[in-house]
Amino acid sequence: MSTEAFDVAVVGGGLHGLSAALHLARAGRRVAVIERRWTGRHASGATAAGVRTLGRDIAEIPISLEAMAMWHKIADIVGDPCGFHAHGQLRVAETAEHMPALLQREAKIRALGCTHEEIIDAAELRRLVPALSPHCVGALVARRDGAADPHRTILAFRRACEAENVAIVEDCGVEAVDRQGNDWLLVCGQRRFRAPVVVNAAGAWAARLAALFGDEITLGVRASMMIVTERLAPLLAPVVSVVGRALSFKQSDQGTLVIGGGLQGAADLDRERSSVNFSELAKGARAASDLFPAVRGVRIARCWTGIEAQTRDHLPVIGASPNAPGLFHAFGFSGHGFQLVPVVGAILTDLVVEGTTRREIAAFAPRRLMQERVAA
Amino acid sequence: MFRKLHDPGAQAITIFIDGRPVPAELGESVAAVLLRQPEAWCRTTPVSESPRAPYCMMGVCFECLVEVDGLASVQGCLTPVRSGMRIARQQGPRSLSA
Amino acid sequence: MNVNETDLLIVGAGPAGMAAAVTARRHGLSVRVLDDQPAPGGQIWRAIETVAATPRLARLGESYRAGADRASAFRSCGALYEPESQLWQIEPGFRAFLTQQGKARSVTARAVILATGAQERPVPFPGWTLPGVLTVGAAQILLKTADSVPTSPVWIAGCGPLPLLYMTQLLAAGGRIAGFLDTTPRGRIGAALRHLPKGLGRLADLAKGLSWSLALKRAGFPIIHHVAELRAEGAGRLESLHYRTQDGREGEVTAEVLLVHEGVVPNIHAPLALGCAVSWHAGQHCYVPELDSWGETSQVNVFVAGDGAGIGGAEAAEPRGRIAALRVAARLGKLGEGEAESAARSERSRLARALALRPFLDALYAPRPQVFAPADETLVCRCEEVTAGELRARAVQGRPGPNQIKAFTRAGMGPCQGRQCGYTMAHIVAAAQNRPVEEVGFYRIRPPLKPVTLGELASLGELASLDEREPAA
Repeated sequence: MSTEAFDVAVVGGGLHGLSAALHLARAGRRVAVIERRWTGRHASGATAAGVRTLGRDIAEIPISLEAMAMWHKIADIVGDPCGFHAHGQLRVAETAEHMPALLQREAKIRALGCTHEEIIDAAELRRLVPALSPHCVGALVARRDGAADPHRTILAFRRACEAENVAIVEDCGVEAVDRQGNDWLLVCGQRRFRAPVVVNAAGAWAARLAALFGDEITLGVRASMMIVTERLAPLLAPVVSVVGRALSFKQSDQGTLVIGGGLQGAADLDRERSSVNFSELAKGARAASDLFPAVRGVRIARCWTGIEAQTRDHLPVIGASPNAPGLFHAFGFSGHGFQLVPVVGAILTDLVVEGTTRREIAAFAPRRLMQERVAA
Repeated sequence: MFRKLHDPGAQAITIFIDGRPVPAELGESVAAVLLRQPEAWCRTTPVSESPRAPYCMMGVCFECLVEVDGLASVQGCLTPVRSGMRIARQQGPRSLSA
Repeated sequence: MNVNETDLLIVGAGPAGMAAAVTARRHGLSVRVLDDQPAPGGQIWRAIETVAATPRLARLGESYRAGADRASAFRSCGALYEPESQLWQIEPGFRAFLTQQGKARSVTARAVILATGAQERPVPFPGWTLPGVLTVGAAQILLKTADSVPTSPVWIAGCGPLPLLYMTQLLAAGGRIAGFLDTTPRGRIGAALRHLPKGLGRLADLAKGLSWSLALKRAGFPIIHHVAELRAEGAGRLESLHYRTQDGREGEVTAEVLLVHEGVVPNIHAPLALGCAVSWHAGQHCYVPELDSWGETSQVNVFVAGDGAGIGGAEAAEPRGRIAALRVAARLGKLGEGEAESAARSERSRLARALALRPFLDALYAPRPQVFAPADETLVCRCEEVTAGELRARAVQGRPGPNQIKAFTRAGMGPCQGRQCGYTMAHIVAAAQNRPVEEVGFYRIRPPLKPVTLGELASLGELASLDEREPAA
């Protein structure tokens, strides 16, 4: 049986895996992306594709702002605009009681020297989103935020990878791992891959993959539900969320409304399936029709869930394994990962090529989710 | 495109298509009435605004979507007519402000 | 009893659903029957209750007339019948979500029989989306429910028993036929004949088919055999029709209405949405649910009866409905296993008789290959307007399956949810990748099964939260 040798094996063909592969290939590495199903099968293909700095955890702000600058020139990076439009993201207050939380957030961001989140009043809110119910009193806005087209983005990253001679191997799941000299040997059915460096971008299944290398990482799973409607004439440009409710509301280029916000369905990691819970999803429909009363009569075309990893602190895991030499983790984006895609690939390239990075990633260290497990 | 073979007699009712009164018969569907109109199309598509008319009459093609008494994208072939019903043909992607 | 709970939920009030309901009620089950239509009968007996009282009944034929008794037995069986109900989701357990008169609600049941019937096989060709192109089944429904016929002489293209039956009914009603483009390929009779011995018990059916054919020949309209390709043209509506036969003969005619039909396939969206396993039926060129001898799917207590289980017609649908109902009655303790078994025995022989001629018909009327290989410019996905050429181009970039191509092209994402493009997609992918079609798979079916509105879903949330406050049973 022949073994295919690479400098780096990226496990997981979601956007983070593709981004890591792209950056590593451009740094001169020979890279394979090993994907159990197909590129973008799970979270990347099921996302609403929000490109958001708004409301980020303080620890994520530096890399998020850098990622946003990359999104604004995404066509230069991957050769396609990815359907990205920067029409802003807003977090809306429905009542005066919801404003203090937004004001405090703005103050906190300013204190850090950031200006990307800004309070707006009801009049400016109405100007930005005329379709919004008039009861809303104000909002926090990040004007350079926006959203992309998830499938176009997957395709763009994939094609950019292929142009850099990245080997994309689909229908190929890693079943076992072995050490051979300074290389890792990945056993995938009849196929074998060897590489000194492995990137774990296996999303919801990343803890299982990590365990094959001896890293026991505590990881949860999300199955965020989405609603997409029939096509409509243009209704709104920005992405709207709301204080105190699970709602994210936007309109795609095709005119469909894409409604999410983190309401949870059920996920089954073994069967790689997830399912919608309509009694729960009804809350999202209710929030959407409260905020945008005109949409009550709009027809739902389909609903779905995507399976994604979620960490205890909702921060990603990005960094070198403390146990396995040459293993680097990039997973656990906890529902916030799409925007970070371009920068995380660059961070992994720093780590693989330079052994370190100037970017602030201390808060994402894998060890933080491993110690507790050892203690327990 | 189609014509009715009998006089509905006591079952005759009037419905309105784009505001115009049109004869119909209790028991038939909105799509059946639309197919008897000189302009038999019932909507233009949201993608290319090309005209479409009822195709399968059994609820699986979704070509006969029309606005019925203010509710949009209703399957005309699954909707029995009622006296005074107001039907509107849908043109292109629906505008919610209209 | 809570009115929202029943032992058995039956989806569809056609021959299988009605027969299942009558049997289940006879054995003391509480039964709820949901149906899209305003009256019982399914597609074969559409509007039977209304038409039965009129002279129109005579010209629709004997097998249509038979529906009147079935509908009346169903009406009086004591099942909770909910017409004009759109089922849009069934969650395990079972909780079914439905919309009636613009209002959504959910109901529960211990077992489910899906009797959702068949749909006509989609036949994409250039121009098939023009107003004026309909299916033969659609025209027959217009005849039954609205006593309507095409205004001017109509062109009919296709194969199978339905075009013959419809043309017979149309002539009897006083309609006019411009011509029949018979798409049955050359040599089919020979291929079909080897299945005939098994079907000899069904000579009456064969004789009926033959008598239709003879009557149609006598009517004197042109019949063009072995038509392989169609193209419809017109500015905003059908104006002309171009055809080409297997031997290359071509013709162009003016046309206002064209009716097409290439057989029927089971409605599998509901079983797929419920996670029921399906397998490829090579003889019928479609997927069918994997069923045991009672009609139970791979999901416990979910049954499929009627044409949804594989095309067999009304005479097969009824015993299938009764067999499934017997099994549910036994499961829920209303009937001993042995009693169910012996009651099922006669139904199974009835089913075998009803299916005896099917392999012959399947072979005779197998869809012509062009149905699955439309020209590049043909719209495959009517809703999102995606052409065969676009799908072919995607299919050779890597080795994507239908779900990946759907994501990239939006084919299958419109309101019909792939009911019109699913099989064409599968065949295009298979041909482009040189794989057998059954290996390519089918769309994952996303809920809801019907396009419920945001407002309906929102109002359901209010009801569901009330439910949660009730003590568990």
